[in-house]
Amino acid sequence: MKKDIILAGVGGQGILSIAATIGMAAIKRGMYLKQSEVHGMSQRGGDVSSNLRISDEPVFSDLIPRGLADMIIAVEPMESLRHLPMLSPEGWLITNIKPYINIRNYPEIEKVLAELEKVPHHVALDADGIARDLGAAKSANMVILGAAAPFLSFSFEQLEDAIRSIFGRKGEEVIRINLEALKAGRDVAISSTRIQAG
Amino acid sequence: MQKLLLLGDEAIAQAAIDAGLSAIYAYPGTPSTEINEYIYHSREAKEKGIISSWVANEKTAMEAALGVSYAGKRAMTAMKHVGLNVAADPFMNSAITGANGGLLFVACDDPSMHSSQNEQDSRCYGKFALLPILEPANQQEAYDMTRFAFDFSEKYGVPVLMRLTTRLAHSRAGVARSESREQNPLSLPANHRQFILLPVNARRQYKKLLGQFPEFERESEVSGFNSYEDGPDTRLGIIACGIAYNYLKENYPGGKVPHPLVKVGMYPCPKNHITRLYESCDEILVLEDGHPLIEELLRGMLSRGKSVHGRLDGFVPRDGELNPSIVAKALGFAEVPSVPVPDVVVGRPPSLCGGCPHIYTYNALNEALTEYAKGRVFSDIGCYTLGALEPFDAINTCVDMGASITMAKGAADVGLSPAVAVIGDSTFTHSGITGLLDCVNDGSNVKVLILDNATTAMTGGQPSAATGRIEAICKGLGVEDTHIIVLNPSPKYHEENLAIMKKELEYQGVSVIIPRRECIQTATKRKKSEIKAKKAEL
Repeated sequence: MKKDIILAGVGGQGILSIAATIGMAAIKRGMYLKQSEVHGMSQRGGDVSSNLRISDEPVFSDLIPRGLADMIIAVEPMESLRHLPMLSPEGWLITNIKPYINIRNYPEIEKVLAELEKVPHHVALDADGIARDLGAAKSANMVILGAAAPFLSFSFEQLEDAIRSIFGRKGEEVIRINLEALKAGRDVAISSTRIQAG
Repeated sequence: MQKLLLLGDEAIAQAAIDAGLSAIYAYPGTPSTEINEYIYHSREAKEKGIISSWVANEKTAMEAALGVSYAGKRAMTAMKHVGLNVAADPFMNSAITGANGGLLFVACDDPSMHSSQNEQDSRCYGKFALLPILEPANQQEAYDMTRFAFDFSEKYGVPVLMRLTTRLAHSRAGVARSESREQNPLSLPANHRQFILLPVNARRQYKKLLGQFPEFERESEVSGFNSYEDGPDTRLGIIACGIAYNYLKENYPGGKVPHPLVKVGMYPCPKNHITRLYESCDEILVLEDGHPLIEELLRGMLSRGKSVHGRLDGFVPRDGELNPSIVAKALGFAEVPSVPVPDVVVGRPPSLCGGCPHIYTYNALNEALTEYAKGRVFSDIGCYTLGALEPFDAINTCVDMGASITMAKGAADVGLSPAVAVIGDSTFTHSGITGLLDCVNDGSNVKVLILDNATTAMTGGQPSAATGRIEAICKGLGVEDTHIIVLNPSPKYHEENLAIMKKELEYQGVSVIIPRRECIQTATKRKKSEIKAKKAEL
């Protein structure tokens, strides 16, 4: 198995927790991994992204070649579009539709969503809303990870196990909430992709 | 032993701990910060009694490391590329003194300027100083090279420079550790004059270094970090330095490059491998992140001989970091089709955090300056540099650490009034103090705002050498008491702060205003850990 994943969002939105969870699942399966992160100035509310590459074979480049990413996983809709040139024609875009507006010229959200609709393979969901309904407002990123789960080639149990490892130190309650968020995201992805297929 | 999942920076840090490091001194700077951060927070390092300190600047850090080496123990310093400019004096001269205990300097370059003001290549410094340079291609090499560097440094009695770039510094992968080693005992240099760079000694020491250089070249030729990988297609031979090696391999299934290939991870350049490549192939392609260092050497001034491709003839862009797609193009591969970024996407620059004290400092300063023409604010390096962006548009310069005060001084000396400097607390102790002393001595008409948020914020909140002593420093430098004024940069004090700034702008002489409030990020972190500690008590 080999997956090249672009993670995207705004500094502070928690894309590195998504990366860490997928990375943990990969490590537990004995896979190779490279994960490039953004540190420094951009973390102050700027656009941030991470290149996550997991594979059964050794990974050479820390960066994914343009046009060859298997997935974009984004916690912000405009940020998901910023990385479209990286996505392969068969690739999947999984994104939150809740905009994070910290700039004056943020485009009209309808226009952003219309662009998302043009992406051949995508799952777009209101992760913030879903997380809030679960009483887990801070777990929107895990909802997004859940929505990406069907495309990751891990069993769902492997992802759950990774979440237990990553959040283990924070206690049972945090683990439970994140597992629920993961499941809720997955359910949306499965039902929405069925609709697309039909 | 199970592999650790480490950033390139962290791999270097762990390797140094395992190599019997006794002390690391550093000043934070992206992308090097995580090296000392890792050791600073490492329980293992604490148990081993390893000194990890954030100090005033890169120069003081390097000199302290040199002192540790003098005393026979292993030392390291880590900095961003422009930090090596600050430390250039001890760097160049440490090549002449040489080392006693193993001494490693790590410089993290930032091609594409993700978080920097230029993309200078630290290999040029290493070449300049005649020091051996290591350039890892991946996280495991970063670990292995660090272990190697300390041994090499002690074998030849020279400091070693390690150079990596942002991408490796901030990328994670599995790293296997090797057996850890005890720290060195204290032992002074056998030659008691080794570190006295009086001309008579310096000449001798320099000749020694020159004499050692052929040995460094020989070490490079036999080093496992440099290699010749043969390939059947000799129409092209490729030289790939550091991380460029990965981008090259990425372009061929299974990493099987059909051309002869020299991988460079240690300098001086491995002349034997490169000669063989040149003689075996019709043309040469050089892939290196940063400056076209090897490419220039191969071409020579006259560009005679075989064609050498790279950054100088447009096969590779002249600026910016490499990536697999750029390397694909240099290899002549067809571009992978991809969709463009939709027009609806706009830029999202970084911005000051909500509630950041700098916001209120700039609001007051902008208002205080409305009666003057624009272009009077000299700024510096830190979060407050974001004052250049909307909605503040509050500053007019940002050049290097400390340049705010000295540039304001120069402009003021020739008649610009008011001339305002904006500098953070940590930047002030890094490189602002001497400039302020110049202002006092010359009676320059400058207004210096020292934005005190009690931390080195931009790099993630390392301790600031300035905390608790800014007024005393200013007073000690000779700034008049009545013109050292502390403000609280909060909205509720806006009118009060505005009045003070207006008044000080009219004053003819050195004035220091200190807007002081804790960084919102470190304050939040501190409060969280306090709550946690309280809960633990209960």
